[in-house]
Amino acid sequence: MSDVIIQGPNVAHTHDAHADHHGHEHHEQHFITKYIFSQDHKIIAKQFLITGIIWAVIGALMSVFFRLQLGFPDQTFPIMETFLGEWAKGGKLNPEFYYALVTMHGTILVFFVLTAGLSGTFANLLIPLQIGARDMASPFMNMLSYWFFFVASVFMFVSLFVQTGPASGGWTTYPPLSALKEASLGSGIGMDLWLISMALFVVSSLLGGLNYISTILNMRTKGMTMTRMPLTIWALFFTAVLGVLSFPVLLSGFVLLIFDRNFGTSFYLSEIFIGGKALPHVGGSAILYQHLFWFLGHPEVYIIMLPGMGMASEVLSNHSRKPIFGYTAMIISLIGITVLAFLVWAHHMFVTGMSPFLGSVFVLLTLLIAVPSAVKVFNWLTTIWRGNIRFTVPMMFALGFVSLFISGGLTGIFLGNSALDIHLHDTYFVIAHFHIVMGVSAFFGMFAGIYHWFPKMFGRFMNNTLGYIHFFLTFAGAYLIFWPMHYEGIAGMPRRYYDYSAWESFKQFNDLNAFISIAAILVFFAQLLFVVNFFVSIFRGRKMTTKNPWGSPTLEWTTPIKTGHGNWEGDIPEVHRWPYDYKDDGNGNDFIPQTVPLKPGEEAH
Amino acid sequence: MSGLLTIALIILVFVIIYQIAKASEYATILRGEEKINARVNRTMAWLLVVFFFLGLYGIWLCHDALMDKMLPVSASNHGVEYDNMLLVTLIVTGIVFFLTQTILFWFAFRYQSTEKRSSFFYAHNNKLELIWTTIPAIAMACLVAVGLRNWGRMTGAAPSNAAVVEVVGKQFNWIIRYPGKDGVLGKKDFRKINDANNVLGLDWTDKDNLDDIVAQNGELHLVVNKPVSLVIGSRDVIHDVGLAHFRMKMDAVPGITTTMWFTPTITTAKMKEITGNKDFVYEISCDQMCGKGHYSMRGTIIVETQAEFDAWMAKQQTYYASANPPAATPAEGAAQPEQKTDSVKAITMK
Repeated sequence: MSDVIIQGPNVAHTHDAHADHHGHEHHEQHFITKYIFSQDHKIIAKQFLITGIIWAVIGALMSVFFRLQLGFPDQTFPIMETFLGEWAKGGKLNPEFYYALVTMHGTILVFFVLTAGLSGTFANLLIPLQIGARDMASPFMNMLSYWFFFVASVFMFVSLFVQTGPASGGWTTYPPLSALKEASLGSGIGMDLWLISMALFVVSSLLGGLNYISTILNMRTKGMTMTRMPLTIWALFFTAVLGVLSFPVLLSGFVLLIFDRNFGTSFYLSEIFIGGKALPHVGGSAILYQHLFWFLGHPEVYIIMLPGMGMASEVLSNHSRKPIFGYTAMIISLIGITVLAFLVWAHHMFVTGMSPFLGSVFVLLTLLIAVPSAVKVFNWLTTIWRGNIRFTVPMMFALGFVSLFISGGLTGIFLGNSALDIHLHDTYFVIAHFHIVMGVSAFFGMFAGIYHWFPKMFGRFMNNTLGYIHFFLTFAGAYLIFWPMHYEGIAGMPRRYYDYSAWESFKQFNDLNAFISIAAILVFFAQLLFVVNFFVSIFRGRKMTTKNPWGSPTLEWTTPIKTGHGNWEGDIPEVHRWPYDYKDDGNGNDFIPQTVPLKPGEEAH
Repeated sequence: MSGLLTIALIILVFVIIYQIAKASEYATILRGEEKINARVNRTMAWLLVVFFFLGLYGIWLCHDALMDKMLPVSASNHGVEYDNMLLVTLIVTGIVFFLTQTILFWFAFRYQSTEKRSSFFYAHNNKLELIWTTIPAIAMACLVAVGLRNWGRMTGAAPSNAAVVEVVGKQFNWIIRYPGKDGVLGKKDFRKINDANNVLGLDWTDKDNLDDIVAQNGELHLVVNKPVSLVIGSRDVIHDVGLAHFRMKMDAVPGITTTMWFTPTITTAKMKEITGNKDFVYEISCDQMCGKGHYSMRGTIIVETQAEFDAWMAKQQTYYASANPPAATPAEGAAQPEQKTDSVKAITMK
């Protein structure tokens, strides 16, 4: 154990390569310290990823259940009773549980999959490997980060099985609905477990984030200046900054909610008559919670998006065999997005009765975000222009990422403009918007990353044919599901409805809802193809025979195929150039690794 | 049984796809990776093109199928401006959408890897960056300008001749209160709420309440072409008054009074003609998740002429009269401490 810590980062930060000959002094580690309570960033990354995949399957399965209800409100599905028991008696989903499913689907996908599963995986895997460090600044904290996430997961999972059901007030859990047990079944013990789980999740996220930031700032290898870092690292860096600055605010919001729920305070409660009696609470503000929630909630969107942006940049550049276009502009736009992310939260609250003047300020700041986002899109497009594109599976997903990011980003311009939001707010337009941009698009960034770095993680490749099938089914499916939803939203169809058949204004979409449900269910099964491919390939995939299968200049591909704890055998390589030198190296290769010194007369980028 | 069959079928499909995938992997190794990779690359480039054109066709199909299911013409003054702005935004974003997607798929196809091609080392160009920073910034500035103008009009003060109606949400229906002859909504206090005879907690010591009319069936009557200011509140959790046909929406928050005003411009009868649907009715949808009955929290709006409205109003009994049998005294609730909740004064929460 002590040996693990010594060969950890404490040595690496000195940049003293000569003191660093630890790679070959490994003692055999016990199974538990190697695979379970591991402090190796690569193992922790895999733990995050596999936990994330399990959660993703659970969360997606929930969407299958509620899509069955939405698409076929007048039919029964006995199979649901097999899974959900009393909650779907006779194969018909109970409305309380429909809302619980919607809530858990959101919570699980947003936090457990696209936050922990995404940045947890790739920040852990890529930061030390791409900046040239033996491990994280604090491998122990890193381990704690995963285990806090694990315990949070356990609480959330347990909440699915309590008698009154899990939290059911939407993933945003607005009080008073979430604060009062009388208001809904899910606001009972399920909500308490939700809050405990989320509080633990925030701890996990902070432990991870602080670690990522300090590792990137302090532990870069010799020659790895900030402007020689791959864009993945820049993106993961800003992701961590966003999380560290905004998650504590969310936690404070949760703590106040816990007080209101259990200790009789009135932070969010005022003038409420429920369950046949007037409550004693006076003077609180339900809107205060929304401010606290969205102060994280909006940066959270970028916490989800940025890693995908970084990985798409890397993958697009690599598989086009061409440097990323506008490296500096990409970093500046990341900074712009990060700063603006903190200044736009109230655009989720235009119709809460908030002062219209305040609303105007948030409109302006919100639409400003379109500028750095546009810069990124144009830079990606120029990156593939005159490239030499290899349509590998990760590249397909990166291209899909750009397409979906454009589609979902543009609809944000509608919702960010309060005068348009006043009709579109809380309709299917919102569902379509955020599912395309921070749902599917972020997933595409993640898939690009998984297919690209799978060989680095497991020393094997995933099956290509399955990968291509997975790509096309998901890409087409995503548009089939979410494109028509824009129409429903413009027609004013509210989200989070259990059944629309009684509504004169919305019942004409019943057929469309059935169509969307069928598409959603097919896409769910397409994801299972990925899951099968992932787990089978870990053991049976085609073996990696060379260190650098993608021909990438970045550092992670200079490590041995079977990368041990400490990453490099012998010295950590020194870096001499930026990570996108896709040019002729004079020996018939179309890239020059970062570790190769500049040739005489060669201009550094 | 059918469920079991479905599962068996799905598993079978999975196994088949997996076997094909595995076989193609072996075939790649047998036939030489280079050659296969080149072929796969060409295939994928073409598939992306096919995807692009199928996508365009799909967009057209979707538009064709759904356009006649959309909302009818806007029934409020704000709504007309709203629809114009939506159209402008659609055009601007639509152009960007088709342009960037076309470029994306075109470049992907055009610059697919071939034996002859080598990539062009092109790392940055400040002029280009400047162009695509400035143009979106200008476009956004225009959209913000239009948006803020409309936003100001929608959320500005209601005209002085506006009718005032209170809409209160509760799990899971809407309660409507008209101010009666005096045109003033009387004071209320949530502690006086009683589901039997005082659903809004009206303070009977306030004379303004005595002529107020309360409708518990969620049916809101409005006069065409007369501005109306809705005073919105909630008894329990957050709800939202969603008026799709008027393109308006406002949350109902317990403890806070919110407002929204608009002028209905088309009567329900006229709208039945326009839509050709004899069952047409303006609906109030709850647009903020409020619990298990959220989806059924439906109100309706009847927009009618002044004469029809007056005739309807004349038939209504005041809530005081219907809730209090003649024996009850008006000062019944006076013993309770005075409350500072005054919905009318709280309107101007800016």
